[in-house]
Amino acid sequence: MKRNRRIAFLLLLPSLLLVAVFVYGFILWTGWLSLTNQNDLFVPHPHFIGLHNYVRLFQNPRFLIDLKNTAVFSLIFIPGSLILGLGGALLLAGGVRFEGVFRTIFLMPMALSFIVTGVAWRWLMNPSSGLNLLFHSMGLNLNSGWYTDPNIGIKAIALAAIWQLSGYTMALYLAGLRAIPKEIYEAAQVDGASSGQTFRFITLPLITPVTLSAVIVLGHISLKIFDLVVAIAGSSGGPAFSSDVPALFMFITTFQANHFAQGAGISTVLLILVSFLVIPYLRWSLATEAKE
Amino acid sequence: MKFRNWLVGFSVAVMALGMSLAQSGKLEIFSWWTTGGEAAGLLKLFDIYKQQHPGVKIINAAVAGGAGSNAKAVLKTRMLGGDPPDSFQVHMGHELIDTWVVNGFMQPLDGIFKDNGWEKVYPQGVLELLKWNGHYWSVPANIHRANVMWYNKAIFAKYGLTPPKTYDEFFAAAEKLKKAGITPLALGDNGIWASTHVFETVLIGTLGADGYKGLWNGKTDWNGPGVKKALETFAKMLSYVNSDHAARSWDQANDLIIQGKAAMFIHGDWANGDFMAKKFEGYGWAPAPGNADIYDALSDSFGMPAKAPDQQEARWWLELVGSKAGQEAFNPLKGSICARTDCDPSLFNPYLQWAMKRWKVDTIVPSLVHGAAAKESWVAAINDVMTLFVTRRDVTQAQKSLAQACVDAGVCH
Repeated sequence: MKRNRRIAFLLLLPSLLLVAVFVYGFILWTGWLSLTNQNDLFVPHPHFIGLHNYVRLFQNPRFLIDLKNTAVFSLIFIPGSLILGLGGALLLAGGVRFEGVFRTIFLMPMALSFIVTGVAWRWLMNPSSGLNLLFHSMGLNLNSGWYTDPNIGIKAIALAAIWQLSGYTMALYLAGLRAIPKEIYEAAQVDGASSGQTFRFITLPLITPVTLSAVIVLGHISLKIFDLVVAIAGSSGGPAFSSDVPALFMFITTFQANHFAQGAGISTVLLILVSFLVIPYLRWSLATEAKE
Repeated sequence: MKFRNWLVGFSVAVMALGMSLAQSGKLEIFSWWTTGGEAAGLLKLFDIYKQQHPGVKIINAAVAGGAGSNAKAVLKTRMLGGDPPDSFQVHMGHELIDTWVVNGFMQPLDGIFKDNGWEKVYPQGVLELLKWNGHYWSVPANIHRANVMWYNKAIFAKYGLTPPKTYDEFFAAAEKLKKAGITPLALGDNGIWASTHVFETVLIGTLGADGYKGLWNGKTDWNGPGVKKALETFAKMLSYVNSDHAARSWDQANDLIIQGKAAMFIHGDWANGDFMAKKFEGYGWAPAPGNADIYDALSDSFGMPAKAPDQQEARWWLELVGSKAGQEAFNPLKGSICARTDCDPSLFNPYLQWAMKRWKVDTIVPSLVHGAAAKESWVAAINDVMTLFVTRRDVTQAQKSLAQACVDAGVCH
């Protein structure tokens, strides 16, 4: 038994070391970098300057717009994907013909890269082609500027993200729904529960763990979204930064303007935001595991 | 036994590789020229190089993607990691100097300039831009002009217009066109640099050549009335652009001229190549309003990293890039003019012949957007200001941010 443990530890050791260096080591390095003055390709005397980079960051209008955009994106993207996903899953779980076909169709977008989705939606939401043209041919005069309208911006990108990930949430919910024992529903039926009550008091509570996992996955995607934005709105972040996000700002700051310390600051802010989401989830899931 | 065989085979392979490297030199050229005329021009240069130096193996390390942004990121990794290419494409001026020269990553090229007598064949304005600390740091392969106004000849004829020389003339023409239902000015700023590009010509047109050059060394006040006037003019111009400008790229804006939906387009002379590629002949050109006798120049140049692994091969490369034969081979394909003044005009199309004439007599100023006038972080900061300005048109706020950007760049105090 003891020997097995030692072997297990030895086998894990290489990946532990790699994770220690390449994940946690670099997180610490980035954190340190963000507290220094290394805002050029080559700084003769790198030294500690405290929170100066962060102060400047929170004075930067672009960064403040980015934070707002992230909030707007999350508020559309997460509930949108959850509702569409749950709706699709309920329909499929009810037993439809060709369920496998539908499942594949809905899941397919998830298999695409964000760049592919982005390019397709860029064309769809181009003001002079795509959806506008379609609406026009249907006699609807909805000439939206989509992502080129500074009042829409990130909301248009959230639409594309919902399209891509609601199939994935559907798959999660479908598995969750299938895992609920039939006996519970039968018992509810015997007790005379209406279908609304069954949904409200049995289905919803029992799929809460699924919802929670989905929120974590979708939430961290919305915090670190980058490729979809670049593919749709381009790397300038759209008119008046209406589709700009922190990850894009970080990329431009670091690799175009060579403000490495400032870029590290943006990354650190992103890491903190993600950890607000992930740490409670990890604690919760570890606690549930321990209970079992 | 098997393992030993494998080992022997492997050592033989390694030795063979080593010998092949020892026998002939190699040359690694880094660029973002991967498509169209610019890739054709680069390959043409490689062909000439191979004829001159048959033993040298050329490695084409080109990185594709938007105006070199990907390539620049790769280059930074390689330079900082101590693995520089033998020579790399870089915009002439501050993009090269502030990023690489100041930090000691490049070597001076004075010997090449002197041995080839280049100081006599390049215009003084360019030699100034190539110099830093009294030395030359790169060899310009070509010259593009940024401050050109392209126009649709048929539309101009129909409404009896001539290319506007001043902003007053521009706005008078624009008003006339707007009333006729034609977009006066085409813009495609899905990459914000296209807007900054127009603003750059407005700065030149408002401040003049010296005033504009002074912006980049702190002699012209960013808080002064000139910059304010330029911002106001630019804001007014923005009210005459196509409403879907944020959805279009520069070449899609050029399509508006080709389709006769827009009348004017202020852009660099790569638009000329776009017109020709799309087989459109009804276009004319003139200096942007207020930009007569001023040549807003940008150049792709090649430098030599201090730690370039193949110094002699790199030197041959730079000598080819700067030579008459090299520039005459490269530029007609790239759609730009020679940085030298002694190229044969008959090799070039009518627009380029016009540009070559202007190149000899105009005052040369460095382009901001295209890396000649200011360092990359400063350009990025100005692009950020423009992103907000194009939508909000808040002159006071923009001027304040521009002044701050100059301070951040370490030029203003």
